[in-house]
Amino acid sequence: MAPPAIDAPVLLRLEGITKRFGALTANGDVSLDLRQGEILALLGENGAGKTTLMNILFGHYVADEGQVLVLGSHGALEELEPGSPHAALDAGIGMVHQHFTLAENLSAFDNILLGTEPLSAIKSARLPARKKLDELMERSGLAVNLDTRISNLSVGEKQRVEILKALYRDARVLVLDEPTAVLTPQESETLFATLTKLAGDGLGIIFISHKLAEVMASSHRVAVLRGGRKVADLPTEGSSQRQLAELMVGHEISETVREPGTPGAPLFVLTGVAAGHGRDAISDVSLDLRAGEILGIAGVSGNGQTTLARVISGLETVSAGILMLEGDELGQVSARQMIDIGLARIPEDRHHDGIVGAMTVSENLAIEGIRKPENQRFGMLRFSAMRDRAKDLIEAYDIRCQSEASPARLLSGGNIQKIVLARTLETEPKVVLAAQPSRGLDVGATSDVHKRLLAARARGAGVILISEDLDELMRLSDRIAVIHRGHLSQAEPTEDLDRSKLGLRMAGHDGEEAA
Amino acid sequence: MIEILDILVSENFWAASLRIATPLIFGVIGALICERAGVLNLGIEGIFTAGAMAGWMAVWLGAGLWGGVLVAALAGGLFGLLHAILTVPLGLSQHVSGIGVTLFATSLSYFIYRTALPDVSSPPRIEAFQPLDIPTLSDLPFIGPALFQQTSLTFLALILVLATSYVLYRTPLGLAIQAVGDNPSAVESQGLSVYALRMGAVVVGSSIMALGGAFLTMSAFDAFFFGMVNGRGWICIALTVFASWRPGKALIGALLFGAFDAFQVRLQTEVGSFIPGQVFLMMPYILSIIALIVVARKADYPRALLVPYFRGQR
Amino acid sequence: MIRFEPRGPVAVSKVISVTVAAAVAALVLAAVPMLFAGLSVFEAYGLMIKGAFGSAFAFTEMLTRATPLILTGLAAAVAFRAKLWNIGAEGQLYAGALAAVAVGTGLISGPSFVLIPAVILAGALMGGLVMLGPTLLKTRLGVDEVVTTLLLNFVILLFVQMMLEGPMKDPMGMGWPQSEPILDEAALPKLMDRMRIHWGLIIALISALGVYFVLKRTVWGFEIRAVGENASAARHAGIPVTATFIRVGLLSGALAGLAGVGEVAGLKGYLTADLSPGFGYSGIVVAMLAGLSPIGVVFAALFIASIFVGADSMSRATGVSNYLADLIVAMALLCVLVSGLFLRFKIRFVGAPHAKEASK
Repeated sequence: MAPPAIDAPVLLRLEGITKRFGALTANGDVSLDLRQGEILALLGENGAGKTTLMNILFGHYVADEGQVLVLGSHGALEELEPGSPHAALDAGIGMVHQHFTLAENLSAFDNILLGTEPLSAIKSARLPARKKLDELMERSGLAVNLDTRISNLSVGEKQRVEILKALYRDARVLVLDEPTAVLTPQESETLFATLTKLAGDGLGIIFISHKLAEVMASSHRVAVLRGGRKVADLPTEGSSQRQLAELMVGHEISETVREPGTPGAPLFVLTGVAAGHGRDAISDVSLDLRAGEILGIAGVSGNGQTTLARVISGLETVSAGILMLEGDELGQVSARQMIDIGLARIPEDRHHDGIVGAMTVSENLAIEGIRKPENQRFGMLRFSAMRDRAKDLIEAYDIRCQSEASPARLLSGGNIQKIVLARTLETEPKVVLAAQPSRGLDVGATSDVHKRLLAARARGAGVILISEDLDELMRLSDRIAVIHRGHLSQAEPTEDLDRSKLGLRMAGHDGEEAA
Repeated sequence: MIEILDILVSENFWAASLRIATPLIFGVIGALICERAGVLNLGIEGIFTAGAMAGWMAVWLGAGLWGGVLVAALAGGLFGLLHAILTVPLGLSQHVSGIGVTLFATSLSYFIYRTALPDVSSPPRIEAFQPLDIPTLSDLPFIGPALFQQTSLTFLALILVLATSYVLYRTPLGLAIQAVGDNPSAVESQGLSVYALRMGAVVVGSSIMALGGAFLTMSAFDAFFFGMVNGRGWICIALTVFASWRPGKALIGALLFGAFDAFQVRLQTEVGSFIPGQVFLMMPYILSIIALIVVARKADYPRALLVPYFRGQR
Repeated sequence: MIRFEPRGPVAVSKVISVTVAAAVAALVLAAVPMLFAGLSVFEAYGLMIKGAFGSAFAFTEMLTRATPLILTGLAAAVAFRAKLWNIGAEGQLYAGALAAVAVGTGLISGPSFVLIPAVILAGALMGGLVMLGPTLLKTRLGVDEVVTTLLLNFVILLFVQMMLEGPMKDPMGMGWPQSEPILDEAALPKLMDRMRIHWGLIIALISALGVYFVLKRTVWGFEIRAVGENASAARHAGIPVTATFIRVGLLSGALAGLAGVGEVAGLKGYLTADLSPGFGYSGIVVAMLAGLSPIGVVFAALFIASIFVGADSMSRATGVSNYLADLIVAMALLCVLVSGLFLRFKIRFVGAPHAKEASK
């Protein structure tokens, strides 16, 4: 890709930004320039401080030290008022957050207009706004039905609305936080084509990512953050994936490798299962999980994964179809019974569904088996037994916490996931359902999760791995099926698949069309 | 049967329905504005009481009727501000804060009333709002008397329904309020202040609630009694759910409710000798619970209702 | 600019001192209405302290008033622990009282050791059943229990009035709407001669210990805490959330029902429609002051009871309305709510960002 001319003016400058949260330094003395027409990738692993930095830029946080400078109307850099999203917007900074900031109960049009008109106006000036937006969509190729309620839009469309929000406000700098996390590979390509075009029109673009491939393919320059500090700032041309990976992680990385395995007999079988309502419903889902294999389920979020996971967890009743474990049909089974017969689950949202933050680490480790004899006798809790077991698990799973009596909410995301892993895998379940098990974790914690899942496979458990991360799926799964609009494709051996085939299926094209 | 029909076609019945509905219209519109912005206001019962007491006392002290209405709204706004501060920037439990505001507003109103009038045996009366008599319009058959036996406050309530509807759906401010009750970060990312919108909505909503109380002492009756609000605030919270947070439906819901109540009062005079009076008095509360049950399955609560928003957390 | 920073676990001593500070703050704020009413603040507080603690009689009166407050406080505390918003303790109290009177005025006869447990059981059961309705509506249909429990308070009070004017009216009551007196064998014994203090207090204290034990040491308590803190995670971990809500609802209603039993079978001896001056609502304040701790409820109830008894006595002496007591109690709730911030967050006052100052 052709970088912008060297003499392109600097649009945005961060100078010595430092931000602390208690003892943690999220950003330490970070400085950064962005030129007009440039696409800058901000690379770093989860927890490296990328999002914090961009939130300071956008005024969600105030930096403890340092300042943000923006190219003013007189052609000189001017300081941006800290802590004010309003000022950031006025200075032409637009931000597309990873979790979309859209009001679901309003139309796309209303969301774009929100905040652009004075609140004292007794009427909304919709016609001129409409005209401007039509032109913008025409020029940028970002098409979206403006009158649709956000709740009825797909993830890709919502992202387009977010970008339009920024463009409508005449943004000169566009920041995107992990923009491809929720897209298919093909959608990602389209997005980057659009961004390249926008940069060609003079927009400065920063995108946050931890995916090396897209950084290499689509940026002019890369800034690498590690532990809150900028460790590198180099042109993309001439750098290598390996070099960037080591800069990002700080040491040489060894990837988890899946040893070839020999899957056993069918273990857990779903036949023609339907459940759920609306967008997240699933219908006619069939899968057969064998002992000693990892079955990956790929798909863009919101295509029924959540419902499928809830069914397998015993949290949702099926309206049609049957579930069979080791040849026995499961009738109406509660979440409790599912655990008891050996189906463990690692919930997608570990903070919300995985732990009870106000309870202690020890209590969270015991919660799934609280009615088992080792934890209670005649309905009375056995505290010392719970404590001892917790100490063992903390050691075995390397859970970093002050003590087993500290509240679980004080732990980091990776350690919270270790609590969940410890309590679910310790019982040696027959089936493990892992929903987005490494989302938001850093490289170390991710590789820990992967090792645990592979260990479960090695001892003969069947693992269902639901993920949006194709690399993770390709690396761990023996077979992969794709879920799209509530339908699950036939699982195929990973060796027969590649990213683009999976991507097409995630977008709803079936195998023949893809071929 | 004939008697029932007689009741339903009588002008007085519809006039009474609208009269009973009026305080509820104020209450539901107020509650709806708060909840659309994402704040449940259980202070409503106390704010009704405060509006009733403050409005009445202002008139009694010589502020004039409209002066009383203004004082009531002001009192409501102040208690609303208290609830807003506790629940919006401080992010405290909306349930507990609301109950606290109700207890506080109620006991403060009672205390002030008792302190100002230590030993009155029968509550002093004021010259209340009189029915508006608009020539020619009141002579219209049927709707004329039903509509024009009402006082100015009823008309104010109807105007507020229209105004709220317009603001909520047609103005930038209304869209921002709808957005802040659905996803506060959508509002903040567009440069608007979540706190200002929510606090503003709670203060304005609470002022409107207080007018419902003022209607009781300045139009329905002409004096202040202890316990006169009698759960009307809670009924409004139920009706807000029933109305799915829409001003138009709120009006219909309140009118339906008023009609039921007016109907059972008239039924009571017919069959009162067989059925104890309390059964009829229970009806409004039972009706509210039934209304909640009817809409429970499809109730589409504002997504951010009850969820405090702290800046920088998403 | 004020900044909230989440803090880790907090020592019990800190919790207690912050809560006491909140209660003191409410008393200090109460000086405003006192001055408004023309009272001398120190004199008024002197009269209140004397009224609640000044004599053996005053002290036992305070304990008598605390008895129902401990029970309604426990009812609120246990429900709020599970985030089941039971605001209906007032109605459940009346339901319990009604059942106690129905059983205790001659439905069955027998010696005390049969009748007293029967009366207690009937009241607790009825209170629990009343709360079962809103709980089931919440778990089955998703109906908000705040509004249903609030509305039921009015329905139940009217129902009690209906019964007192109809089937349960005392023929010897000279036309007053009140029930027949409870049989001597069914009445809770007095704790002291010539004082009104009765065995209800012992029941309340045992209940507090019982609730403490259940919450702290049993599987059910574990499940209640888990559901209250994070129902979604509890559900994922296989905890029976619906069953837990039902258990909590029954327990909470039963505790409020017991408060009603104590008031009719221990104190008044018969039922009238003005049995409770809002014990159900004050119970919420008690529970919040106690930080939802069952043991804390006992102390919080004593505090609230001394305000009520003290203010009554002060009111008799000065002629100032005893709504002052309700006012102080309401302010105590708001103060303790705010004080919670100091426990959850480190509150730091930091200078405004310099650019903000420059731009203004």
